[in-house]
Amino acid sequence: MAFAAFGGSAPAVAGAANRKGGKIVLALLLPGLIYLGLFFLTPLFSLIITSLETPDASGAIGVYQYGFEIGNYWSVMTDYLPQIFRSFFYALLATFFALLISYPLAYFIGVKMRARPMLQRLLVTLVIAPFFISFLLRTIAWKQILSEGGPIMQWVHSVGLLSPDQYFIGTPAAVIFGLTYNFIPFMTLPLYTTLERFDVRLIEAGSDLYASPAKVFRKITLPISMPGVISGTLLTFIPITGDYVNASRDFLGSSKTSMIGNMVEADFLQNLRYPTASALSVLLMAVILVIVSVYVKKSGTEDLL
Amino acid sequence: MRKFTKLGLPIYSFLALVFMLIPIAYTIFFSFNDSTRSNTVWEGFTLGHWLNVCDKGAICEALGNSLLIGAVSTLIATVLGTALAIALVRYTFKFRAAVNLGLFLPMATPEVVLGAGLAAFFFNAGFPSGMLTTIIAHVMFCLSFVVVTVKARVQTLDPVLEEAGRDLYANPNQVFWKITFPLLLPGIISAALLSFALSFDDFIITYFNSGSVTTFPKFVYVAASRGVPAEANVIASAVFILAILIVLVVQIAGAVKRRKLAKTN
Repeated sequence: MAFAAFGGSAPAVAGAANRKGGKIVLALLLPGLIYLGLFFLTPLFSLIITSLETPDASGAIGVYQYGFEIGNYWSVMTDYLPQIFRSFFYALLATFFALLISYPLAYFIGVKMRARPMLQRLLVTLVIAPFFISFLLRTIAWKQILSEGGPIMQWVHSVGLLSPDQYFIGTPAAVIFGLTYNFIPFMTLPLYTTLERFDVRLIEAGSDLYASPAKVFRKITLPISMPGVISGTLLTFIPITGDYVNASRDFLGSSKTSMIGNMVEADFLQNLRYPTASALSVLLMAVILVIVSVYVKKSGTEDLL
Repeated sequence: MRKFTKLGLPIYSFLALVFMLIPIAYTIFFSFNDSTRSNTVWEGFTLGHWLNVCDKGAICEALGNSLLIGAVSTLIATVLGTALAIALVRYTFKFRAAVNLGLFLPMATPEVVLGAGLAAFFFNAGFPSGMLTTIIAHVMFCLSFVVVTVKARVQTLDPVLEEAGRDLYANPNQVFWKITFPLLLPGIISAALLSFALSFDDFIITYFNSGSVTTFPKFVYVAASRGVPAEANVIASAVFILAILIVLVVQIAGAVKRRKLAKTN
């Protein structure tokens, strides 16, 4: 449902899923499911197997043999504790800020702009516009806009928000800023899709019954838009925990801001420490699975997509 | 609160949109920067980078790779995903919940896990990474997004239309190609567009699985440590303008069609 905004916005026809069709269903489902089985599920098992490998007897760098080295997980958790902590801490804050920016925006476009459908569509297009331009270049753009000597940083220093010897780029704040920025559309779209269908007469009913606007929001608008909030939170929080571009030294971060993704990248592609990189990925995936299963238990699977 | 929704809300939304669009404007603006090596400081206006994009040979090769990978993976993902979306909306079957979950999980998996997983899989299988492994990876992560987008469209289709076709003795093939497919087409086009955008912009999964093949995002990432040349801004801006034009044309065509329908009714 999160990306329904891409597919046009006519109302859904209820009760459409009612036909049984043995062979046709199989023909429709199998190619896609086999593909996902082969190239999504099997790789996850590959990760688990690799995460348990031990160094080869020859001691050669980057060569490992099959094993059952649970210790890999232990060493990952002790060695990379700061990165693991940072990933979830940054993700939590960036998700919160993204929600803070996205909710009013989605409400404005989805509810207030209903009377003007052309403008509404234009605004939705602006929300998805960042998808069409390289996110690496957008992140580099922020790096340059917020670089020392630029007008914004000069102003920040002149009013004393940062002391003269403090830089912004390379700090955790810069990384959280970049993460927030990059994931706003992922938060706004699902919020927009729920709010767009929200029946405004409920607000009128609430105010007719003398509820204050704040109460109407708390008791009516917010609960009804909760599926969008949850969906947006998942689609923002989860990718952020695995992001490594924003935190990378060449972008908004420094060696002091590295996250899980930076460690997986370095271990897998540069240090050739495949088992550690895999163990770290499996750990991240396990946490994500716990979060998703809590969501599925609460809301079922129909609203996932 | 009421005052806020009257005046504050539009202003807040306007500022949020401006915030979202600043780096886009910056990227386009700096494609006209008369810079020689690193493109960090404004040095005057030039069209030079637009006119000679391919002077830095590697960048156009990377662009070509990205376009090829994007086109092929979009085609495969759109076909597989449309079939899945139709099955999910139109039919009831066992394991429906499992299928929903199986399609959501790739979207919910951090890219670094998808990338490392596939790389470990290809590595363990002794399969060399390159163009093919990149395309395989891209189809995998685009697939779910296609399903979501097309599914939204299938849900708006009244099954009565297909039933009418069947009542008039159309065979399943005819029903699909004469009724279902044309009605789904706008959704399929949006899905393909989204899929292409995701593939074209993907960096993390590509970086793990592309071996020596350079794509456009990979070029930018590698260049980032020394300074990205303005030619990269030119390519990104051109792609952006083209994509926005396509989206606007699709939307305006849709609006005109609806207006016509409203008139005939």
